[in-house]
Amino acid sequence: MTTTQPPSQMPGFEVDRAALAHLADAQVNVELDTGDMILNMGPQHPATHGTLRLVVRLDGERVIAADPVIGYMHRGYEKLTEFRTYPQVTTLINRIDWLSSFANEVPFVHAAERLMGIEAPDRARYVRTILTELSRIATIYLFLGEMGLQVGALTPAFWGFRDREHVLNLIEGATGGRFHPNFNRIGGLKDDLPWGWVADCRAAMDRILTGCDDFEKVLVGNEIFEARTRGVGIIPAELGAAYGVSGANLRASGIDWDLRRDGQPYLAYPELDIKVWTHADGDSFARYWVRLQETRESARMVLQLLERLPSGPVMAKVPRIIKVPEGECWVETENPLGQMGYYVVSKGATGPFRVKIRSASFSNVSILPWLLRGVYVPDVVTILGSLYFILGDIDR
Amino acid sequence: MGLVEKGVLGRKPLKPVTWLLNYSRKYSLWMFQWGLACCAIEMGAALASPRFDMMRLGVIPFPASPRQADLVVISGTVTDKMAPAIKRLYEQMPDPKYVISMGSCANCGGPYWDSYSVTKGVDQIIPVDIYIPGCPPRPEALLDAIVMLQERIQNEGIGNDELASRWRGEPVEVA
Repeated sequence: MTTTQPPSQMPGFEVDRAALAHLADAQVNVELDTGDMILNMGPQHPATHGTLRLVVRLDGERVIAADPVIGYMHRGYEKLTEFRTYPQVTTLINRIDWLSSFANEVPFVHAAERLMGIEAPDRARYVRTILTELSRIATIYLFLGEMGLQVGALTPAFWGFRDREHVLNLIEGATGGRFHPNFNRIGGLKDDLPWGWVADCRAAMDRILTGCDDFEKVLVGNEIFEARTRGVGIIPAELGAAYGVSGANLRASGIDWDLRRDGQPYLAYPELDIKVWTHADGDSFARYWVRLQETRESARMVLQLLERLPSGPVMAKVPRIIKVPEGECWVETENPLGQMGYYVVSKGATGPFRVKIRSASFSNVSILPWLLRGVYVPDVVTILGSLYFILGDIDR
Repeated sequence: MGLVEKGVLGRKPLKPVTWLLNYSRKYSLWMFQWGLACCAIEMGAALASPRFDMMRLGVIPFPASPRQADLVVISGTVTDKMAPAIKRLYEQMPDPKYVISMGSCANCGGPYWDSYSVTKGVDQIIPVDIYIPGCPPRPEALLDAIVMLQERIQNEGIGNDELASRWRGEPVEVA
């Protein structure tokens, strides 16, 4: 059974009850008409990927209004950064989007470097790019598996966790941490890559590319998967852009926009041959498909980077105590979940005066109240899964 | 443990009976996953990934509700907004119940020790049996905690007095 999303009728979309009546097979008397039911999903619910709480108003099996309640994971990052020095802040912001920790560090370190007028050496730039792409793979791989789980397929979830370990091993080998590397320093990297890492990385990327083929074989084209995801949760392109949806969610709506290619030039991306994948449909399936292609693209990008990896130092000359001169700086990057940006205000001290964090998931879930109107309850789960947010990234 | 509460086993149950009951209990731990933050992913890796595979230790991670769970793993940052929900769901779990606090955040607040919205340690709201340090701990650390908990359960008394002493906070010696 495919459900259809009502056409875009923002704002003030109301459910046409007369139109819904024909959905029931049997004719229902007026006395049997059901009242609205309030269903509370979360804050602890497996389908919400953490601690998102959804208050859903139901008419039978259909959602007429959904209200996300966020803040269960609010840890006060923006305030905490005011009480930390610059090197300490990178430890903290690792944990915003905990799946792609390394990618979180990059924009902040860039902002500090730009304010200080330091340029990281070429090798550091390349290794940063490699590790960012690896963390992208580690993030999206979990999604590729979990999306199967949302529609009742267990096997892809196990595959996702299994192959993800290859990438985590690489990150651990280079940085010492599976999850939170904290490997970036202002002006470069903590260490160089260990001996033999490049060969390991090549082998792991081959493994990842094979794994992507497996996902494609199992899920894309699978009748059940397509029935549950095609035509479900369609985000129209203009509306998505208006809500601030970014990353693969927006590219799945047909907008060809990737900050790695189109934004401020950062890391080694301008020197790379990047293909940006888009899909015209904008439904859950499109979001899955775009992310699948992006994982492949990331793996290919890592292979490209390994080919061109320059030699040299990994750390620029930086004063022992880092003091950032007065100024303001906005750096945005394309993170696995979408556009992530830091607005750093410095007053010349050892720590930032104010940091505004723009995280992707917060804007991505802001479309939920619109998106969930009129869908069936089981589709809520697939839509939540396909939007792919991290709670730390929403609440910060 | 209805048998225990009704006093069928008496004040001092026979040693083999105790052993058998504890043995059965420790290898069928129904684990309620409370995945909150980063540690939840490592918990997921411990449960779902073939590299770690926690189910081989006799942990069943999919109870439908806390009312069927023996063990809850609090993995991640507990915020003040989340704390009432944790307490309520903990209270719904049937006795005897065990709590593993996974990661620095759940232990003591971790990197958010000076945050205005974070509960500094889940032990402020519920009693914790085993703390796992790390930010986040590796999946192996969680496996180790499970093994420690199983040792503890094996050596626990099942009479009412022993259970009561457990709740008074007296230490249980692990062999």
